[in-house]
Amino acid sequence: MATGLHKSDFTNPVVRWIDARLPVFTMMQKEYGSFPTPRNFNYFWNFGALAMVNLLIMIATGIFLAMHYTPHVLYAFDSVERIMRDVNYGWLLRYVHSNGASMFFIVTYIHIWRGMYYGSYKAPRELLWMLGVVIFLLMMATAFMGYVLPWGQMSFWGATVITNLFSAFPVVGESIVTWLWGGFSVDNPTLNRFFSLHYLLPFVLFGVVFLHVAALHITGSNNPLGIDPKGPQDTLPFHPYYTFKDSVGLVVYFVVFAVLVFFLPNYLGHPDNYIPANPLVTPPHIVPEWYFLPYYAILRAVPDKLGGVLLMFGSIAVLFVLPWLDTSPVRSMRFRPIAKWFLLLWLVAFFVLMYCGGKPPEGIYVVLARVSTAYYFLYFLVLLPLLGRVERPLPLPESIARPVLRGGGPLPAGAVSKPMEKA
Amino acid sequence: MADSMVSHGAPPAAQDGETRRDFLFLVAGSFTAVGVGAIVWPFISSMNPARDVLALSTTEVDLAPVATGAAVTVVWRGKPVFIRHRTQKEIDEARAVPLNELKDPATDESRVKKPEWLVMVGICTHLGCVPLGQKPTDPKGPFDGWFCPCHGSAYDSSGRIRQGPAPANLVIPEYVFTSDTQIRIG
Amino acid sequence: MAGFGFPLRGGFGSPLRGGAGSALRALAVAAGLLAGGGLGASPALAAGEEVHLPDARFSFEGLFGTFDRASAQRGFQVYKEVCSACHSMRQLYYRNLRELGLSDAEVRAIAATVQVTDGPNDDGEMFERPGRPSDRFHAPFANEKAARAANNGALPPDLSVITKARENGPDYVHALLTGYEENPPEGVELMEGMNYNKYFPGHQIAMAPPLSGEGQVTFHDGTTATVDQMARDVTTFLAWAAEPEMEGRKAMGVKMILFLTILGGLAYAVKRKVWAKVH
Repeated sequence: MATGLHKSDFTNPVVRWIDARLPVFTMMQKEYGSFPTPRNFNYFWNFGALAMVNLLIMIATGIFLAMHYTPHVLYAFDSVERIMRDVNYGWLLRYVHSNGASMFFIVTYIHIWRGMYYGSYKAPRELLWMLGVVIFLLMMATAFMGYVLPWGQMSFWGATVITNLFSAFPVVGESIVTWLWGGFSVDNPTLNRFFSLHYLLPFVLFGVVFLHVAALHITGSNNPLGIDPKGPQDTLPFHPYYTFKDSVGLVVYFVVFAVLVFFLPNYLGHPDNYIPANPLVTPPHIVPEWYFLPYYAILRAVPDKLGGVLLMFGSIAVLFVLPWLDTSPVRSMRFRPIAKWFLLLWLVAFFVLMYCGGKPPEGIYVVLARVSTAYYFLYFLVLLPLLGRVERPLPLPESIARPVLRGGGPLPAGAVSKPMEKA
Repeated sequence: MADSMVSHGAPPAAQDGETRRDFLFLVAGSFTAVGVGAIVWPFISSMNPARDVLALSTTEVDLAPVATGAAVTVVWRGKPVFIRHRTQKEIDEARAVPLNELKDPATDESRVKKPEWLVMVGICTHLGCVPLGQKPTDPKGPFDGWFCPCHGSAYDSSGRIRQGPAPANLVIPEYVFTSDTQIRIG
Repeated sequence: MAGFGFPLRGGFGSPLRGGAGSALRALAVAAGLLAGGGLGASPALAAGEEVHLPDARFSFEGLFGTFDRASAQRGFQVYKEVCSACHSMRQLYYRNLRELGLSDAEVRAIAATVQVTDGPNDDGEMFERPGRPSDRFHAPFANEKAARAANNGALPPDLSVITKARENGPDYVHALLTGYEENPPEGVELMEGMNYNKYFPGHQIAMAPPLSGEGQVTFHDGTTATVDQMARDVTTFLAWAAEPEMEGRKAMGVKMILFLTILGGLAYAVKRKVWAKVH
């Protein structure tokens, strides 16, 4: 590659001067301006951008909360209450952060569902999908450790129960748990390291998000039809079309977020976490936050300690190999008349698991959880590989542009994939 | 983000209805700017002193144990406050100085509530060091007051800047005598 | 691909749906997830048998609800004269009472009624001084052990955030305070030192009925201090203590929703304009 200045297309002298030396403007223009994007996205495609915004909100509120929080077992609870009472807008920062975690999971779950329904995990986007699963795992770790920080009863007992999962592993289990705790019970060393990691992981997560987006911009986006764009008539420049479409979704997202923060700030939380942690008294009924309930139900569905732990980790791990479990050449479930219903049933099983995770592990809930757990794995490990071979998909459309244009006007000459005017 | 969206938001093939569209973009852009501002403000505000910090803004001091010629340092809002029980010599010195010799002119009378008690925030007005002069063994500088070791500012027995880089006199906090031997600062 | 042989039809009869339907679906999924979360969270709390709490209908409920200041002030009096003998409220400071409408002089006077340990003084000794507005509410016991020792081993919980720390908190506190029954129903064997309460989980509570009725507290505004009135007032006070930001929060929320509604309309209009040429 030749050395020297980058040949910039920008006309603004300041932008041009910077761009010639560090072509960030050219990169932004290429990746978010003129980037050719399938023209037929529906609003499900908003959720990636929403997740990105959500992550930024979490990092911003988190940094400002950390300015006031004290990671010590004697002061953590009081410092959170001080944030709620004395710090200017502290209650707002905290409620945005705690409900932001819930919003992040809502958005991410829909984003993942979008990928599952429209086959976004399939070739050539396998690595893109796997990076997404890594992001999901990092999110769960971060959320779990963040929930410990207020040092309420649920914080303490959640930390105790989840870290004890590792004790299920033979031989090394106990040592791992002691190592995680930095002691012989969840205590100040545990709180300190959880705070440290809770602050670190979002930035790691941000790095993986960058890779996720980079990989996306190599393969290009999937779309509701699951067929590849065949030329410029099938795509639109990302800006202004999808920047503005994402903005609409963003405002709707903010409305839901605002309803939670301002009117139901503790609706998704648990009252017991407003009781300071007490290592000698376990609350009568402990449950994780709502977004962990499906996995918690899987854990409890198995009557064996190690088996439950393995199955719970397996329920995430199976997502890593999903691209190879699905043997169908058709991406979008719109054209898979049978698989579509099995996938929708999987969604039902997921919600049943979420419901059972919040119920005491007895009676009908155990049965429901077991059936749903079985189906959860049956779908991935048996049905998907099999359906790809036996199912006869519906005819695929010829291209993205033509069905979309049905009944519409003629294709405007200038609107297709033409680079925008430079800033 | 909002601005950049607005500034080159018009699609390339803009034809008719351009004014109406531009107006719409302008309104939407303004609303977005207001929204962003509303989001940013709580973050900035959260770094200002919290209510518990503001509530601790008074300190009560009992002056009875401080002998003539002696000084005490108390803490008010996390800062040192110098309280000196001045001798008659120090008072006379401070009052003899003509105002036009001072960098930051102020009469000694305007800086005290009772002539023998001088109460000041003990922070050099240059860059925030704590001047020497409270302990009997400290150097008091050439004007029988305080001397800042960081950059050589010297204050007189009324706490006024007389020499060195500091621009202003030592600050007098708000205080009241709640009794003959008791003050409340703040 | 080979071997499936599905025909690629040239026509456009495939089941494609427009953008609007998709948007609705996206919203429905979001709503579903929210509902799912709610299902997961709330029933989980009702461990054991279901106890139905009567709805006390407080002034601070609902979208625009505010704290009844007079009631909360009376509630503080009930707390001070009755509850504070056993229950601490360590997250509150006397200065907070100004937000309930008490004057600065009243707050100073209330704070000065307690002795606070301060120090060390110049001799290295701790000393007692009258309380100031910047002091925390005085705690009845020095520590948890002392509290248990004085209460037959039971720990009177801190009341700072009690209405947030119980499911349906305000109704629960009000119900608990009015739910004592002198004679337990037949077949219920009370343990030593326990009292029967309709609304306490398990019905056996160590706290003796705290509110006895008229004469216990004399309200300055002439309100009759019935058990229900006192329970109501002290619950209002405790709800305020747990969420002092609530009024400002709801007011800000209403403004936010209004603003976002307009912004949403604008964003949609802009999006429509931008997309007009494509559709």
